Amino acid sequence: MIEQLLAPSVFAAAMRLATPYLFASLGEMFGQRSGVLNLGVDGTMLMGAFFGFYTVMITESLLLGVLAALITGLIMGLVTAFISVTLKAEQGISGIGIYLFGLGMSELLYQRLIGTPKSVSGFSNIYIPGLSDIEFLGIGEIFFRHNLLVYVAFALVPVSAFILNRTPFGLMIRAAGQNPQAADAMGVNVTRVRYITVMIGGMMAGLAGASLSIALLKVFQQNLTSGLGFIAVALVYFGRWRPLGILIGAMLFSVVQAIQLQISAIGIDIPSEFAVMLPYVITIIALVFASKRMEKPTALTKPFERGES
Amino acid sequence: MSATLPTGHRRIDQLEMRGIVKRFPGVLAVDHVDFDVCSGEIHALLGENGAGKSTLMKMLYGLYQQDEGVVRLNNAEVRIRSPHDAIQNGVGMIHQHFMLVPSLTVAENIALGMKSSRGWRLDLDLVSKRIRELSERYNLKVEPDIPTWQLAVGEQQRVEILRALYRGAALLILDEPTAVLTPQEVDDLFVILKKMTADGHALIFISHKLHEVLAISQRVTVLRDGRRVDTIPTEGATRLKLAEMMVGRPVVLEYERPEVTVYSDRLQVRNVSALNDRGEVGLRELSLSVAGGEIVGVAGVSGNGQHEMAQVIAGLRPLTGGKIEINGQDVTGRSPSVVRKMGVAYIPEERMIDGVVKDFTVAENLVLHDHGRKPFVSQRIFMNFKAIRDACQEAIRAYEIKTPGPDVPIKNLSGGNIQKLVLARELARQPQLLIAAQPTRGVDIGATEYIHRQLLKERARGTAILLISEDLDEIRALSDRIVVMYEGQIMGIVPGKDVNIRQLGAMMAGTPLDKVAEMS
Ligand SMILES: Nc1ncnc2c1ncn2[C@@H]1O[C@H](COP(=O)(O)OP(=O)(O)OP(=O)(O)O)[C@@H](O)[C@H]1O
Ligand SMILES: [Mg+2]
Repeated sequence: MIEQLLAPSVFAAAMRLATPYLFASLGEMFGQRSGVLNLGVDGTMLMGAFFGFYTVMITESLLLGVLAALITGLIMGLVTAFISVTLKAEQGISGIGIYLFGLGMSELLYQRLIGTPKSVSGFSNIYIPGLSDIEFLGIGEIFFRHNLLVYVAFALVPVSAFILNRTPFGLMIRAAGQNPQAADAMGVNVTRVRYITVMIGGMMAGLAGASLSIALLKVFQQNLTSGLGFIAVALVYFGRWRPLGILIGAMLFSVVQAIQLQISAIGIDIPSEFAVMLPYVITIIALVFASKRMEKPTALTKPFERGES
Repeated sequence: MSATLPTGHRRIDQLEMRGIVKRFPGVLAVDHVDFDVCSGEIHALLGENGAGKSTLMKMLYGLYQQDEGVVRLNNAEVRIRSPHDAIQNGVGMIHQHFMLVPSLTVAENIALGMKSSRGWRLDLDLVSKRIRELSERYNLKVEPDIPTWQLAVGEQQRVEILRALYRGAALLILDEPTAVLTPQEVDDLFVILKKMTADGHALIFISHKLHEVLAISQRVTVLRDGRRVDTIPTEGATRLKLAEMMVGRPVVLEYERPEVTVYSDRLQVRNVSALNDRGEVGLRELSLSVAGGEIVGVAGVSGNGQHEMAQVIAGLRPLTGGKIEINGQDVTGRSPSVVRKMGVAYIPEERMIDGVVKDFTVAENLVLHDHGRKPFVSQRIFMNFKAIRDACQEAIRAYEIKTPGPDVPIKNLSGGNIQKLVLARELARQPQLLIAAQPTRGVDIGATEYIHRQLLKERARGTAILLISEDLDEIRALSDRIVVMYEGQIMGIVPGKDVNIRQLGAMMAGTPLDKVAEMS
């Protein structure tokens, strides 16, 4: 039975399940590193999932679908940034507003424009020549037989780390989240930096939604994400605001999820809610035991005011 | 086109501020002020707390916008709308509160907000190289690759100066740069500043310490209540004259210390050990006593356990060994509220962090501890806001706290005025034991005088006072006995009368008293 649970197919599924987490969490990480907490990720994901799906349904173009999801996310990000950066609203609460908006709006649009459950053909798997045939430990099956978005999501991990740690913009992001007054005094436009990171986060959340609706599940229904965006936010904390940490967290959770799916597939009866709960439980435990001197952006959730110190 | 500086940047031959006005709600912070500074000059800016020095300078650096007035740079009018504009114009500023991002390295802090020579990739190796060049030229020792949270205050300041130079500051504003430095570090800073002026930089220097102003500047401008009193050449000026210009009346710089009755020991610290914030041993088997009617001064370079000692006594830091008694009662390990109830008052060193709640109003901060006591409550549960306001008005009047009123957030007050409020609150308790850590740091002459008098008054009332200060003049002026600390230990205890400065210096550098005595 253990063999069945740890089969290569299970890990391959975990890779696919990790994709939306990666997109959403990496995007959220940029916002948080610059000092903005966006709890509305799930709402943005739902909107991205809907528009991505709807566009593919109508145009049958995956490229346009992805673009639609990105633009949707960008607009949601812009709204979020306006509320938390310009209007300086309480971030914990306004994020929930964004979530509820996305939840309701995507459902309404679904009812009006689609109505009954439909599916699209969506992204198909790309077998990487040569590598996908590796039999050893099931490497070929686990890593190299996925759809395009899976590869993109994993590639974004080192790319994000590079942006954050090796570029002038990454430096501005880190400074804006740690000591915005200092960043401002050094000529950094803190407001602009925060707008950009929140908009990047929005785009990536939109893409995360689309990765569900046009790649992983290939359907849209109401509340398609079922709270996945909140897990993505928790993953940012779990991953200590670092791309590598987020990757580890995302993999951990998706492996647990994939095993849980396999358990029910082979007919062992464990409530599926258990797997949904688990990531939160693990995150809480991880947060409790984490060292207190960490790289948490100290200005997280704090609006910026020039001249105050 | 004006000449260039050795750093390769454009020189500022003259910068002129004309008729500058800045209003905050309820305050005219800067009132038609004229100010100018030239290349190669150090122009000192003096004034009491809340006189408007920082505000004037923040406008020059683009952090605030003036309501009226113009800024001219090399005779051309400039509009500085943000720090970015200021940097572009060659203006740099070292702030009263340091502006470094703690998790970033020195090089990252310096590269922050600058264009990289490699476009979208950071060029930290080149930045580090240039940092090394600059630090050699100006003798500013810093290591580019360590995170700034690991640096001591003096080092952080060097990073800030270096950063300003790196960015081409031809005019550098230093807002109370010496307030947090040890005397040795001040000397080092002055060497650097002199080198900079010799190279053609223009410097603006703010300090409350008159001897520093006399030692380093060429001209002095004095502000009072937002207005410029006068600008005079430093040559020929005296401490007394400057003090009078600031305060607007004659001041006393030396005090009488009348003999007072000394009571029995109020505070007994026996073999106390404790850890510091980094988890290292901060206090080693320290023993000390303070009697009622006595001021015991604790001298020492900051970071040698003074802060830990104050916190341990106030019940704010756990001890790893030893015993503390107040009035003969064992309070070892008791909570701060128990210790306060025993009649202990504490004026903390980090007033913005440990002394006040920044977003509370002046009145709320005044009753932070005593809000549960008469007359501030009526019928046991309701706050009596009228009594609180009255008490606050009274404190504002008695301590000459500059504020538009009791209901403004305390963070809008200038540093010295916040300190006066903390003092007012702590002394209102009529304490048995007063722990005063750096009570006059960043506080102007008038207020310093006032605070010193209050401490002497408390002493005459029979309060035991533990005075922790890096300012040796202050320690000497007030203390009955002087304790010198080094690396968490006491190097020696000497009577406050006729102390030998060299002896103190040697103990502060880590030589125990018996060895010092042998040497001389
Ligand atoms: N952001 C603000 N909002 C409202 N009032 C302010 C603000 N900043 C300063 N003030 C007020 O302006 C006046 C001048 O303050 P400023 O900080 O310039 O004094 P300062 O001369 O630098 O004093 P110090 O020596 O204590 O640093 C004070 O009365 C202060 O309360
Ligand atoms: Mg000031």
